[in-house]
Amino acid sequence: MSIDSQKTAHTPLALEFKSSTFSVPVLVLTSDNLLVIEEQLQQKISLAPEFFRNSPLVLDLQEINKQGYDIDIAALTGIIRKAGLLPIGIRGGNLQQNKLALELLMPVYSIHSGGVSAETQKQKTITPVPEPKTESESDTDVDADVTTTTLITQPIRSGQRIYANGDLVILAQVSAGAEIMAEGNIHVYNTLRGRALAGVRGNTEARIFCFDLQAELISIAGNYKVSEDLDDTVRNKPVQIYLQDQALIIKDIVQHH
Amino acid sequence: MARIIVVTSGKGGVGKTTTSAAIAMGLAKKGHKTAVIDFDVGLRNLDLIMGCERRVVYDFVNVINGEATLNQALIRDKNCNLLYILPASQTRDKDALSQEGVGRVLDELKKDFKYIVCDSPAGIEKGAHLAMYFADDAFVVTNPEVSSVRDSDRMLGILASKSRRAVDNEEPIKEYLLLTRYSPERVKLGEMLSVDDVQDILSLHLLGVIPESKSVLNASNSGTPVILDEKSDAGQAYADIVARYLGENRPHRFIDDKKGFLRKFFGSK
Repeated sequence: MSIDSQKTAHTPLALEFKSSTFSVPVLVLTSDNLLVIEEQLQQKISLAPEFFRNSPLVLDLQEINKQGYDIDIAALTGIIRKAGLLPIGIRGGNLQQNKLALELLMPVYSIHSGGVSAETQKQKTITPVPEPKTESESDTDVDADVTTTTLITQPIRSGQRIYANGDLVILAQVSAGAEIMAEGNIHVYNTLRGRALAGVRGNTEARIFCFDLQAELISIAGNYKVSEDLDDTVRNKPVQIYLQDQALIIKDIVQHH
Repeated sequence: MARIIVVTSGKGGVGKTTTSAAIAMGLAKKGHKTAVIDFDVGLRNLDLIMGCERRVVYDFVNVINGEATLNQALIRDKNCNLLYILPASQTRDKDALSQEGVGRVLDELKKDFKYIVCDSPAGIEKGAHLAMYFADDAFVVTNPEVSSVRDSDRMLGILASKSRRAVDNEEPIKEYLLLTRYSPERVKLGEMLSVDDVQDILSLHLLGVIPESKSVLNASNSGTPVILDEKSDAGQAYADIVARYLGENRPHRFIDDKKGFLRKFFGSK
C-alpha cells in the first residue's frame, strides 16, 4: 500500500543500466578428464584458500576444443562449485557448449573481449563490424585475426590513416593529423602526436603504449580523450593508456618505487 | 641515369620556385645537364625568376598535347648552357596536365638530361600530385612556422603513399628538408621555430638552411637565380645544398647567429 501511494507522487528512478569492467579469473582447461581437473583444482586452491573462496570464475574452453576434446559442462560446473568457486560464464565454447552453458544460466563471453557478454553489454557508440569467419575454425568463435600484428617502420605523416585487425606496432613517429586504429593494442615506440584509437571494435581490454605522449586524441573502445583533456603530468613521456570503469587511465610505463 | 627531383611543400609562398631555380642552376653550374619544369599551370612564375619570360613561345601543356616538340618548348638559360627551362602555360589550368602526358614528357627528358627539377605548385591537388608522382628525390621546402611544417608533413605522407615509387612498391622517394627564410635572431627571441623544433616534428634529412635574406627578393626582381649571387648568404646556402646533394660533406651554416661559428648538425635522429 505504501508503495502504491508513493507511486502517485514523483517516483524516483529505481534502476539504471551501467556498463562496468571487472577483473575475473579465467580457468583455462587443457584436459577433458574431470578427475584430473578436480584433483589439480583442489591442489591450486589449497595454496591460497582465502583467495579462491567464493571467487567468480570464467571457464575457457578454447584449448580443449582445439584439441578436439569434449567436456561435460554440467559435471564440470559441479566440480568447480564443490571447490568453493562460482562459475559465472564460459568462453571459447562451441555452439553446443554455449547452448548448454545458457541452460545452466551461465553467460557466454566472447574470447577476446574479456568481461563483455552479449546480453549485458550496454549499447556502445561504436557499431560492431561482423567478424570475418575463418574457414578452418569449425564453430568456436575464435578469431584468427586477433593474433596478427601489424608492424610499421616508416613515419605516419599528417593525413595518413592506418588500420590494423589485431595489434599495431609502430617504430617511427606518428605526426599530428595522422590517425592510427587497431582492433587490439597500439604500441608506438616513438612520439605519438596524431590520433590513436585502440580496441575500435569494442575491446575494452585494449591498451595504448607510447614512448612520448603528445597525441591529439586517444581512444579505447570508443572512450576517448582529446589533447586538451591531457594533463601536463602525462605528456612528453612514456605512458600506457587503458580503460578502467569506463575511464581512460594514463600511467607512466616506468613505475617509480 | 637521370634523376627527377620534385621541389614541394604543400603550403604556398615558402620558396619553392626560388629553390627550384637555384638548385637547377647550381646543378647545371656543376656540369650536369639539367631541366627545370614549372608545374604551376595557370600561375606561371618560374620563367620570371629565371629571367626568361620574354622568350616563352611554347609551354609544358603544348608539349603534352603534341602541339609543340620538347625541343621547341625548352628555353636555354642565358647564364648557363647546360640549363633548360620548360615553362608552364598561363592560359590553362591544372586539368590540362595528365599523368600519362607528364610521364611521356619526363621519359623524353630523361634520355637527354641528368637532372630534371619539377617545381610543384602549392596545395595537394592535381598539379602538386603530378609534380611529385614520378620523382626520385623530393626537396621539401619548409618555413620555420607551424602551419608550413604541418603542410610539409602532409606532403611527406603523400610522397610515401601516392607517388609512383610507392604505388609500384619500389624503393621510396629520397626526402630532404630545406628550411627557408630562417632567422636565427628571431629563433632566439622565440618568434620562430628552431631547426631542432622542425627536425623534431618532421625527422627528415636536413639538406640545408637558407637564411631570410634581401638577396632573394633582389634576385627574383632581376630574374637571376639567387645562387648566382655568390656573395649573398642565401646564394651560398643554396650552393652548399647543391654540393651536399651531390655527395659533398659541407658543415651546416646560417643556423646560428654567431659569426663564423659553424655548427655541426646531424640530419635525422
